Amino acid sequence: MNKQDVSAVKMTALNCNVYYNEKQAIKDVTIDIRADEVTAFIGPSGCGKSTFLRCLNRMNDTIAGCRVTGDIKLDGEDIYGKAMDVVQLRARVGMVFQKPNPFPKSIYENIAYGPRIHGLISNKTGLDEVVKNSLQKAGLWEEVKDRLNESGTALSGGQQQRLCIARAIAVNPEVILMDEPCSALDPIATAKIEELIEELRGRYAIVIVTHNMQQAARVSQKTAFFHLGSMVEYGATTDIFTNPRKERTKDYITGRYG
Amino acid sequence: MIEDHQTQQVPTNWRDAAMQQRIKKRYAAEKRFRLFGFTTVIFALGFLVFLIGDVVLKAFPAFTAAEIQLSVTFDSTAFGLARTRADIDAAEYGAFIKAGLAKRFPEAQNRTTKRELRELVSEDAERVLKAAVEANPDLIGKTKVFWLPGSDIVELYVKNQLNAKGVVGERLASDTMLARLNSAQSNGELRKTFNTRFFSAPDSKHAELAGIAGSAKGSLLTLFVTLLAAFPLAIFTAIYLEQFAPKNHLTDFIEVNINNLAAVPSVIYGLLGASVYLGFMEMHRSASLVGGLTLALMTMPTIVIASRAAIKAVPPSIRDGAVALGASPLQAVFHHVLPSAMPGMLTGTIIGMSRALGETAPLLLIGMVGFFGDIPSSFNDGTAVLPVQIYIWASATERLFAQKTSAAILVLLLFLIIMNATAIYFRNRFEKRW
Ligand SMILES: Nc1ncnc2c1ncn2[C@@H]1O[C@H](COP(=O)(O)OP(=O)(O)O)[C@@H](O)[C@H]1O
Ligand SMILES: [Mg+2]
Repeated sequence: MNKQDVSAVKMTALNCNVYYNEKQAIKDVTIDIRADEVTAFIGPSGCGKSTFLRCLNRMNDTIAGCRVTGDIKLDGEDIYGKAMDVVQLRARVGMVFQKPNPFPKSIYENIAYGPRIHGLISNKTGLDEVVKNSLQKAGLWEEVKDRLNESGTALSGGQQQRLCIARAIAVNPEVILMDEPCSALDPIATAKIEELIEELRGRYAIVIVTHNMQQAARVSQKTAFFHLGSMVEYGATTDIFTNPRKERTKDYITGRYG
Repeated sequence: MIEDHQTQQVPTNWRDAAMQQRIKKRYAAEKRFRLFGFTTVIFALGFLVFLIGDVVLKAFPAFTAAEIQLSVTFDSTAFGLARTRADIDAAEYGAFIKAGLAKRFPEAQNRTTKRELRELVSEDAERVLKAAVEANPDLIGKTKVFWLPGSDIVELYVKNQLNAKGVVGERLASDTMLARLNSAQSNGELRKTFNTRFFSAPDSKHAELAGIAGSAKGSLLTLFVTLLAAFPLAIFTAIYLEQFAPKNHLTDFIEVNINNLAAVPSVIYGLLGASVYLGFMEMHRSASLVGGLTLALMTMPTIVIASRAAIKAVPPSIRDGAVALGASPLQAVFHHVLPSAMPGMLTGTIIGMSRALGETAPLLLIGMVGFFGDIPSSFNDGTAVLPVQIYIWASATERLFAQKTSAAILVLLLFLIIMNATAIYFRNRFEKRW
C-alpha cells in the first residue's frame, strides 16, 4: 500500500437523513470515514449514533418503516444504488453489535460461516486456515485453540465479543462497524477489545460507537459528536476533546449533560 | 429538604414483635403454598397410577389365548386323487374338526349338542389345519393331534371367567358344555398360550380372533399422511408469517384465523374433509389417506402456533448477526433461526400429532368409524384407527372384547410414549449440535 491509498477516504455520507416512519432520527449528516483511522461516534443515548451506523452497512433495511435518504458511498460507489448488492456490501462492511451475539454453534462454525456462505473458501484446510487466522487477529486463538468445537455461547462475554470480531474479520471486510462493543463487558475485557481495535487499525477502517468518552479518546483518531439526530461536530479526536469548537460539544464532554 | 427528611426518619426496628409476626406469616404462606403444590402433584400422580394400573390389569388377560387339543383325521376322500393345490384349498376342514370333536365327545348325539360341540373350536382352526396340510401334503389320509385355537368359551373357561355373574352379555355355557370343558381340562387337553394373534390379526366379529394389527397399521398410515401433509405446510407458514410477511391487516387477519382454526371443534374438520376429499376430490372413503389429510387440517394450526412461538423465542440478535455477515434473509432463517427454533417446533408437532392420534370425531364423517376385517395394505384401503377400535370394542358386549379394549388402550399409550420419546430424542440431538 502506498501512502495515498492508506489515507484514502473509505466511506462518505452526504446529507444523510433517516426516518423511522414519520419520525426523523438522523438529520442531514455529512461525514468522511478514512480507511486508516478509527472513527468514534459519541453522543447522549437516543441521539442516533446506532441509527447512523446501521446506514453504513444497510442494516436499517431490516427495520420496518425505516427510510434513508442522501448519498452514502463505499469507495465512491453508492451503497444504496442499484449496482450495489446488499449481501456483498455487508461482507465488505462488517458489524459488531452491542451485545455479543455468537451463533449457538461451535466456535469453529461461528468463524467458518461467513466464508462459507460467500463461497470464499471451499476446502477444509483453507477453512481451517481462515478460522485460525481470524481468531489470531482477534486475539482469541490462544484461548480457544483447544476447544474449537465447543459452543461459542459458552465463552465469557469478552471472549464472545472477540469471537464476533473474528467472525466479521473472517469474511475479509474493508470496514468494521462496532456499536458500543464494550458496553456489556467488564473493564478487563474492555481493555482487551480496545487493544484489539488498536491492532486492527490500518488494516480495516473502523467505526466505533461509544458512550464512553475516555474510550473514544483512547482508541479513535476522529470523533463525531451527535446530538438530537444531528452531527454537531466532527474532527480530530484530540481537537474535539481538548478544543471543541461548538458549545454543545463542550457541554457534553465536560459532563454537563448526557 | 432531603436532609430534613433524613433526620426525621426513625431507624427501623427489625426485631420488634410486629416485624417477627410478619416474617412468620411470610414463611407460613410459603410453606402452605408448597404443601398445596405437593398435594396436587400427588393427587394427579395418584390418578395417573390408578388409570394406568386399571387399564393394565384389565388388559392383561387379553394377552392370553386358549388352545384345545384335538386329534384330526384328514380323510383322503375329501381331497381329489391328484391332491393338487386347488384340492387342498377346496377341502372342507370344518368337517375334519367336526369329526374329530364327535370322536372325542361321542356322547353328543342330537343336533343341538353337536352344534354346541363345534363351538369349542375357533373358526380360525380351519385355517390352521389348511396351513398344516399345505405345508405337508403327506398329512392327507393320516391322523394327527393338533393344538387348535379355542373358541371364546374355551378362552373364558381357561381364564376362569366363565359364568362370572354380573357381566353384561356374558356367555353362559350350558351344563353339558361345562362338563366337556371340565373333562378336557382334567385330561390336559386345554392350555393357555400367549395371544400372538392379538398383535397380528385385524378386527373380527369373533371375540377370540379380534386383533389390533388392522387399526394399529391404520393409525400408522394415517399419522404418516398427517405428518407429511401438516408438518412442511405448517413450518413454512410459520416461517413466512414470522420472518417474511409484512405486518399489515392481511397478515393480522391470517393470524387471527389460524388461532381460531386451532380452537375449532375437530368434528368440523371431518365435515370439511368429507366434502373436499370425498365429495370434491372423490378419494376413497374410509381410507387412511383421507383420514390423514383430514387430521392434517386439524393439526396444522397447532403446529403453526407452536412453531411461531418457537421462532419468536429465538433472539433477533442471532438473525442480525447472520445478516450483518452478508447472509440473505433466507440463509439467516434456515441456517440460524430454524435450528434454534427446531426443538420447539418439534415439540409442537408432537403435541399436534398426539392429538391427531387420539381423534375419532372427524373420522366419523369420512367413514373410518366402523368394522374393518382386513389389515390395510395401502393408503387407499378402508381402515379403522386405534381410538376407533377402542370405541368399537368398548361398545361390544362380550367380555373378551372388554379385555381387548384395555389392551388396545395400552397399545395407544405405547404409541404416545414412542412419539414423545422420539420428540425428546430429536430435541436433544438438535441441542447437542450447538
Ligand atoms: N427500530 C426503531 N424504530 C423506531 N424508532 C427507532 C428505532 N431505533 C431507534 N429509534 C429511535 O431513533 C432515535 C435514535 O436511536 P439510536 O440510533 O438507537 O440512538 P443511540 O444509538 O444514539 O442511542 C431514538 O429516538 C430512538 O427512539
Ligand atoms: Mg445505540
